[in-house]
Amino acid sequence: METGRPINYWVLLLGICIFPKDIGAQELVLQRDSVITINLDEVILISARKALDYHRQPKPLSTLDEYLESSKKVDMVKRGAYAWEPTLNNMFSERLSVTIDGMKIFGACTDKMDPVTSYVDVSNLSQAHIASGQQGTEHGNTIGGAINLELDRGNFKDTGLYGGVETGFESNNQMGVVGAELNYSNPNFYVDTDIIYRKAENYFAGGDQEVDFSQFEKYNFSANGGYKIAEDQALTGSLIYDEARDVGYPALTMDVSLARAIIASVGFEQNTLWGSLRNWKSKLYFNKVTHVMDDTKRPDVPIHMDMPGWSDTYGFYTQAALQAKKHQLLFKVDGYYNKSLAEMTMYPNDPNELPMFMLTWPDVRTANGGIYAEDELDLNGSFLKIATRMTVQNQNVADEFGLNSLKIFYPEMEKSKTRFLKSISGQWHKMWMPWHFNAGLSYGDRAPSVTEGYGFYLFNSFDNHDYIGDPELANEKSMEANAKISWEKSKLKLSAEANYFHIADYIIGEIDPSLSVMTIGAEGVKIYKNLEYANLFNTSLDVEYAILPELKWSGLISYHRGTDNNGGNIPFISPFSYRSGFQFDNRSFSAALRVTGAGKQVNYNPEFGEDQTKAYTVCSLTFGKTFNFNNDSMYAKFGVENIFDENYSTYTDWKNIPRMGRNFFLTLSYSIN
Amino acid sequence: MKTIKLGLITFIAAIGLSSCSSDGDDSPKNEIDPLAEFNLVTNITANGHSLELYSEEKTGFTTGYNELFVRIKNTADDTYYANPEITWLPVMHMMSMNHSCPISEVNITDDYDTVAKGYIVFQMPGNADEFWDITFTYTVAGQEFSVTETIDVTAPSDGKQTVSSFMGSDETRYVLAMVEPTDPEVAVNDIEALLYKMDSMMSFSHVENYSVALDPRMPGMGNHSSPNNEDLTYDAASKSYKGKLSLTMTGYWKLNLKLLNSTGEVLKGEDITEENEASSLYFELEF
Repeated sequence: METGRPINYWVLLLGICIFPKDIGAQELVLQRDSVITINLDEVILISARKALDYHRQPKPLSTLDEYLESSKKVDMVKRGAYAWEPTLNNMFSERLSVTIDGMKIFGACTDKMDPVTSYVDVSNLSQAHIASGQQGTEHGNTIGGAINLELDRGNFKDTGLYGGVETGFESNNQMGVVGAELNYSNPNFYVDTDIIYRKAENYFAGGDQEVDFSQFEKYNFSANGGYKIAEDQALTGSLIYDEARDVGYPALTMDVSLARAIIASVGFEQNTLWGSLRNWKSKLYFNKVTHVMDDTKRPDVPIHMDMPGWSDTYGFYTQAALQAKKHQLLFKVDGYYNKSLAEMTMYPNDPNELPMFMLTWPDVRTANGGIYAEDELDLNGSFLKIATRMTVQNQNVADEFGLNSLKIFYPEMEKSKTRFLKSISGQWHKMWMPWHFNAGLSYGDRAPSVTEGYGFYLFNSFDNHDYIGDPELANEKSMEANAKISWEKSKLKLSAEANYFHIADYIIGEIDPSLSVMTIGAEGVKIYKNLEYANLFNTSLDVEYAILPELKWSGLISYHRGTDNNGGNIPFISPFSYRSGFQFDNRSFSAALRVTGAGKQVNYNPEFGEDQTKAYTVCSLTFGKTFNFNNDSMYAKFGVENIFDENYSTYTDWKNIPRMGRNFFLTLSYSIN
Repeated sequence: MKTIKLGLITFIAAIGLSSCSSDGDDSPKNEIDPLAEFNLVTNITANGHSLELYSEEKTGFTTGYNELFVRIKNTADDTYYANPEITWLPVMHMMSMNHSCPISEVNITDDYDTVAKGYIVFQMPGNADEFWDITFTYTVAGQEFSVTETIDVTAPSDGKQTVSSFMGSDETRYVLAMVEPTDPEVAVNDIEALLYKMDSMMSFSHVENYSVALDPRMPGMGNHSSPNNEDLTYDAASKSYKGKLSLTMTGYWKLNLKLLNSTGEVLKGEDITEENEASSLYFELEF
């Protein structure tokens, strides 16, 4: 699997068994522990403050990307040192639902240089909730699963005024991080603010090989607050401002001069609704993403181009729970409106020629409305969760210029297209102590993404092809089965897990040899098509053993396979991978030794620009120590990653850019209570 | 609400009244200048007449296809003659010889009987030593007149080639000129061209049932092409060649062409390959 930064994985908390009680208490009312038991969800703890346990954080000021990479199911696609793209079950952004506190947000870059996860920072978040497959449809239609990033908030706990400052340094790319937070919370009112700044130079791969254009600089500010207008009613609000500048993408032909997001919401929460409904929560939100690519710093570009993109989203959701005897129901209504526009201007080398202009995303307006319902049934000794989502989505090409451009390829194309999307899933959990058995069956579909439906000459540097969307693509449909069996005793936990996706009308680019490449140097043009089907299979074996109360050993191995209807390999499928480590933690001191690696990639697809990724193994070592001063405390963490300075890349590294070589890091967190 | 409505009604009424009054107070037709939105290209005064030549888009004569509107004013009373009979003959005076160019007839337009319309395809611009003149022979009020005037024909301001005069492999000299698109868009555009063969120095005639293969390219961007173009075929109604031109982005496009006769034999132009970036027969456009 992945893992340039293996050290974080013990922060993975699987299930309620090891899930700290304080996290659940953050919710205004709702306790959803049992849901977590049934679903094979994974929760990545990000904010240490709420968990009051810094030692769970392997590297407190690492990027969100590194936190996500510590997940067992998430792999991160790297195009540089910044803005990695999460994949789940070996599926990319378009097959996932990535949300921030349930809010839909879409990147503004046609080349996926700005995944949603790049517009928040760890300082904003309390945890990342990762749900596999159709178990992730609560916030939107998905095939591969969902990642919901939950904002960190005071939530009316009586903690008063508190704050903290943090700083971190990494030797390899000279990344400096400074952050501060100031919060106030009492039973009627809370406000949380934080700010963080990161700046990194080029990093060095193993063997002191400098990776040019891997620098980045970013800052992020967030504020959120809540006010109880009555004992059982609260108003909430949140604002995140995130801006990155001068971000290098060594694997791509362009860098980014500006990536900016404003993410705002107001919410209303009430304990009960119409007597029997509980925990009524509603939110209105908007976000505005601006993304500007830049190639002016690159030497020898065949042609200079500007590629700005904009993505604005307005949305809402309202949800309520109902508990009735053996049922626990959740109802949710949601909707969003997104506007995606991207353009490309190329400046000819002959200054007398006019610039070449095209719309690469033709101002696509997506209006999406859905209802979601789930029921968790207690079946005397086992639990069954049934969930369903029904969505209607309309996409409209608002720009005439863009519509006419696409009509070159699709003369009969309609300006507007409506699709119905549905999902139904059942997940069953049975316990025969110490055995647990989970199994699920589900069906779900998704609409093509803006790129897949309406992209116009989008260059993919990985397979070196221009891509053209097809507005008439069929919805992609997934039939999914999953099962997990685990054995848990106090000292030893063993679990084996597998899932299988049969995806009909799988959307992928296919070469159209009749088309002429637009991008200089590209090999061909691909059009997004529906494959008859593709099959994806993921399985893993997970072991955790407590040698001593303070010392744990854990190990994970996983295997993945993806094939199309002709038995060909689907690109970006992980080779056999493993991780293992020892962790010592006695509350004031912690240490961890970690090994991660992957076998040689056997199944890959050269048609998609893949080549065989070599096997690798990397090791890391970290130490943490807490110091107390009266009420305040300071936490220091020191570590070294990729100890043996291995030069390696993984199957998710765009164009095989090597990962970071040996890296020492030190972070200091001082919290004032 | 009521006052708003009332105000609106008053406003509309006022507009109605004022437009009525301006319509009513003057003499007929010629009051509204049918060519008011057009550009006066040249004004030739002779015989007590003023021959006005207008173009919809151009401000002067340029090489390539020139659509022109002509009307003849009686300078004595400033009125325009209805239904004038007009013929024209442009002539290029070169150092060693004189020749003409493809022209259409000059016909009265459907909408206005004082305005005639036609086109001239200039194959080359004038220069310091060589110049164009145009001879009008026209009949108004039952009397025939003639006038010859030197005109200034220049290359288009953007320097883009929209006409080609060439010798085909059949040893015939042809003139191929682009009529449309005049306002290209990122879309599938209608493309129209006129094909003439040179019968003599002073006479050109339409060529029928040939075809023109089209391969648009962007030399500034790897010489890439665009999909779903349609070669130009002969349209008997307009006596021109029509096809479809896909332009996937703005900028400079070279429309590489091949002229094929009715048996499919290539008379001029080459295929675009890795080695051959452009055809010897082409149009250019930039937008």
